[in-house]
Amino acid sequence: MKVTLKIWRQENARSKGSFQTYELDGVSVEMSFLEMLDSLNTKLIKEGKEPVAFDHDCREGICGSCGMYINGHPHGPATGITTCHLSMRYFKDGDTITVEPWRAKAFPVIKDLIIDRNALDKIQIAGGFISVNVGSAAESHAMPVKKNNSDDAFDSAICIGCGACVAACKNASAALFVSAKISQFALLPQGRVEAKERVRAMVAKMDEVGFGNCSNTGACEAECPKHIKLVNIARMNREFYKAY
Amino acid sequence: MKHVLFASISKKFVMALAGLFLLTFLPVHLGINFMLLNSDPEPFNEAAHFMATFPPVKIVEIILIAAILIHIIYGLIIQIQNWIARPVGYRSGEKAETSFFSKFMIWTGGTIFIFLLIHFFNFYFVKLGLVQGDPENFYDMAHQLFRITGYNIFYLICFILLGFHLYHAFGSAFQTLGLNHRIWTPVIKVLSVIYAILIPAGFASIPIIIWLF
Repeated sequence: MKVTLKIWRQENARSKGSFQTYELDGVSVEMSFLEMLDSLNTKLIKEGKEPVAFDHDCREGICGSCGMYINGHPHGPATGITTCHLSMRYFKDGDTITVEPWRAKAFPVIKDLIIDRNALDKIQIAGGFISVNVGSAAESHAMPVKKNNSDDAFDSAICIGCGACVAACKNASAALFVSAKISQFALLPQGRVEAKERVRAMVAKMDEVGFGNCSNTGACEAECPKHIKLVNIARMNREFYKAY
Repeated sequence: MKHVLFASISKKFVMALAGLFLLTFLPVHLGINFMLLNSDPEPFNEAAHFMATFPPVKIVEIILIAAILIHIIYGLIIQIQNWIARPVGYRSGEKAETSFFSKFMIWTGGTIFIFLLIHFFNFYFVKLGLVQGDPENFYDMAHQLFRITGYNIFYLICFILLGFHLYHAFGSAFQTLGLNHRIWTPVIKVLSVIYAILIPAGFASIPIIIWLF
């Protein structure tokens, strides 16, 4: 099939970007979105033009690198998948596809569709860990954990830190990401020891790096490729109140 | 400790508490407003007099004014921070499935603020002696206002927008306070729909009835 691509091109963080339009023929419905972009880049290189810069790594929906804003949605129109898992089956022959980078003050554009997601790492470094020497793996029944807590902690821990929540939020808030990272520890006994310090430090860093405030609109939950739930944000708020 | 005062979650916490307090006041105000439908002005004027003079109500009034100011000031600060957090917007639109009315809270809130200013000039400032009028006869003043077609249209628009504001605000306040529950959150959502329809509809019905009959 043939598609028209309107892609955001930006030389670097300081330059002013703009949309460039490309026609791409011979797109197979079996291609992933990233393979389609690979195909475009091959064409551009053959024509002696600068290929489109985009982030990608595992291409298995795990690393969280490949986020881009496609037709008004982070990771494109499908739900529960990352851009690398987005198949070209979601588009029709003749479609015009608009591709932009995540837009947030905390995510400056590095080049074209690549953004600097270090702000999320800074939040993790501030408190998203357990600072005890755990030694070798403990016997699994040594510390009883409620089944519900275990399940909920796992559901929070599957956040891949792609930043789609920030991209989707009208306020560019990272509340869903931070709350998932806080929840995965808050729900388990190992995480309770440093729970207060963790929530204080991570929320302080979240505010410091320039993310917006949560308005409970639910856009983050709707667009999260890992279906992280809003209940995490309520839990983060509770943890925050308990910490002061 | 300095951080807690300025933290994003703290600001939302204060805003949610102030908002919930305002939510409790609206049914009280509506209850008194319904007395405007009585052809005898005395019950309404007596209720207004009681609200203006009874000492415990005076304390609540101070808390109410403080809640209004805090809700507005914090709302503005939060909104400005949110605008700063996304200096370059999306050119292809934002199509995420989201609570529709939550996108316009600053605008619905701003309209309610304009209404409040006019409302204060019409009644509250008269009571305080800042604007001329008879504070012992709010019944006649209200009836005179409700006979002006333009005022009624503006009043109805404001209360429709108040409904939109309340619809998101009701559930959002509980979420901000950390109260999200598998069973109770859906119940709160239903209650927010009922509250956001009944309260504004109640207020809006009064000028319509006075204007028509």
